Amino acid sequence: MTAPATVDTGYEVVIGLEVHAQLLTRSKMFCSCSAAYTTAPPNSNTCPVCLGLPGALPVINRQAVEMTVRTALALNCEIPPFTKFDRKNYFYPDLPKGYQISQYDLPLSQDGHLEFDVDGVRTRCGVTRVHLEEDTGTMHHAGDVLQEATSSLVDLNRCGVPLMEIVGEPDLRSADAAREYLVRLRQILVYIGVNDGNLEEGSLRCDANVSLRVRGATELGTKVEVKNMNSFRAVHHAITFEIERQARVLDDGGALVQETRGWVEARGATVSQRSKEMAHDYRYFPEPDLPPLQLGRDLVESIRAAIPELPEARAARFSSQYGLSAYDAAVLTGVRAEADTYEALVDAGVSAKVAANWQMGDVAALANEHHVALADSGLGVGGLAALLALVESGAINGSTAKELLSELYIVGGDPAALVTERGLGQVGDAAQLAAVVAEVIEANPKACADFRGGREAALQSLVGQVMKATRGRADARMVTTLLRERLSG
Amino acid sequence: MPLDPEEVAHVALLARLGLDGEERRRMGADLDRILDHVSALQRADISDVPETAQVGALVNVWREDVPAGSLSQEQALANAPDTDGEYFKVGAIQE
Ligand SMILES: [Zn+2]
Repeated sequence: MTAPATVDTGYEVVIGLEVHAQLLTRSKMFCSCSAAYTTAPPNSNTCPVCLGLPGALPVINRQAVEMTVRTALALNCEIPPFTKFDRKNYFYPDLPKGYQISQYDLPLSQDGHLEFDVDGVRTRCGVTRVHLEEDTGTMHHAGDVLQEATSSLVDLNRCGVPLMEIVGEPDLRSADAAREYLVRLRQILVYIGVNDGNLEEGSLRCDANVSLRVRGATELGTKVEVKNMNSFRAVHHAITFEIERQARVLDDGGALVQETRGWVEARGATVSQRSKEMAHDYRYFPEPDLPPLQLGRDLVESIRAAIPELPEARAARFSSQYGLSAYDAAVLTGVRAEADTYEALVDAGVSAKVAANWQMGDVAALANEHHVALADSGLGVGGLAALLALVESGAINGSTAKELLSELYIVGGDPAALVTERGLGQVGDAAQLAAVVAEVIEANPKACADFRGGREAALQSLVGQVMKATRGRADARMVTTLLRERLSG
Repeated sequence: MPLDPEEVAHVALLARLGLDGEERRRMGADLDRILDHVSALQRADISDVPETAQVGALVNVWREDVPAGSLSQEQALANAPDTDGEYFKVGAIQE
């Protein structure tokens, strides 16, 4: 992935991200409709509550509250003892009640932070708050061309799905930092099982507030809100574009307008969304249909205790405990299930380095090819451990192991039994190998002469010939030693 | 203090009420009387009343995360002014 180089504009860049994340609950936030909105036919997951019918009353989904607390704790937030919901009033067809139930002055959590590295520099971004609200429905525009559409179609299946808003402090100072913050945040959300991290499909959404100020100034510049960024790449490109656009306006002596701009991928530009500039006047007031929440310390502490080891801490532990490089540790801990698989392999007796090499190499390739993780494959963690034990003991060599891995990955089986059955055992008998080596030397006088003349590479072709003659089963190290002995003798 | 006509127009816009001049004048007068009536609260002595963000006695009323039945598509769309059979249909919204 190539990102545009960060241009130094001479201004200080100030960025804050607002992230919305749908919670992985089974039912909606305030009613018992299924939250699985993507697979259902339009308007088939609705009820009087999420349709906003008169007289319908909301009831809080406890799991959504607990997931939000889990997220807030993972982001080092405080959980106040008292929290409540508020109505945010506005009219739009994707929200039939005429208001969104959200949280205004007493959110579920506040005052957190996230730490991460940006080009090797430790960076900290404050998290103002994590609060809970409900998602809206989805709109489709009839006709192919938006400008020619005469009507819009509304699907309310998504309306009322639990949505977390994670408000970041304006602590980010570059497009790189903003992307890294989002990468880390997404990783944590997925790790703790509250969100599926899908920026493309919008279960995770990111808006950016971007402003510039003269270096050293303490007042913030005019901020522009950038929307419609549905990939990490789009976030980086849109912010980079916006920094350069704002710098040009300021360089020319102009003034920026506080506005919302949408990222238009096809044009590689942010475009003003004037229609959304209608003075917002949400008239928040406490939601009268929902009693407030008092989250007991016992509940909060039990949620904290259930948070898994987070990716960064786990990577650090992998480095120290298993002697892995920082890179390998980061790759292996990036996805929680992968990290679990790695530890299961080590627990099954595979040495730490061997497990890392196989998991990130051949196993990753097979998982990719078949769209099945090792843990869910026919071979499974136990099967791979058994296979690698055969390599470790010298019973088979690496290339035989690779072939067996590929063959057994989906169907599974007992590697040791197969080795015996097919006679795949490594040829490590010196006398047997010596005979083959002698034949190969006899048959390849030119390569032998080249090697004697000082060309090291010629030895590799001779090793290859021996491997071929033994159907790949020879102990490569022994073959190399034997060849050297014979040729230098 | 009476509402000025611009405030009345703003509130009407927020409520999506299309009021003509006469209606705006009448509504403005009504709103003035309502606000005046409610403003009696501001004269109450609350020096001994603790601050609160809730007026009811209930807390932590919640449900377990278990999906239950929804309305059918047909039922959901039954009272809509306009549909295409699957979706609610509204005037064009341009983003
Ligand atoms: Zn519902």
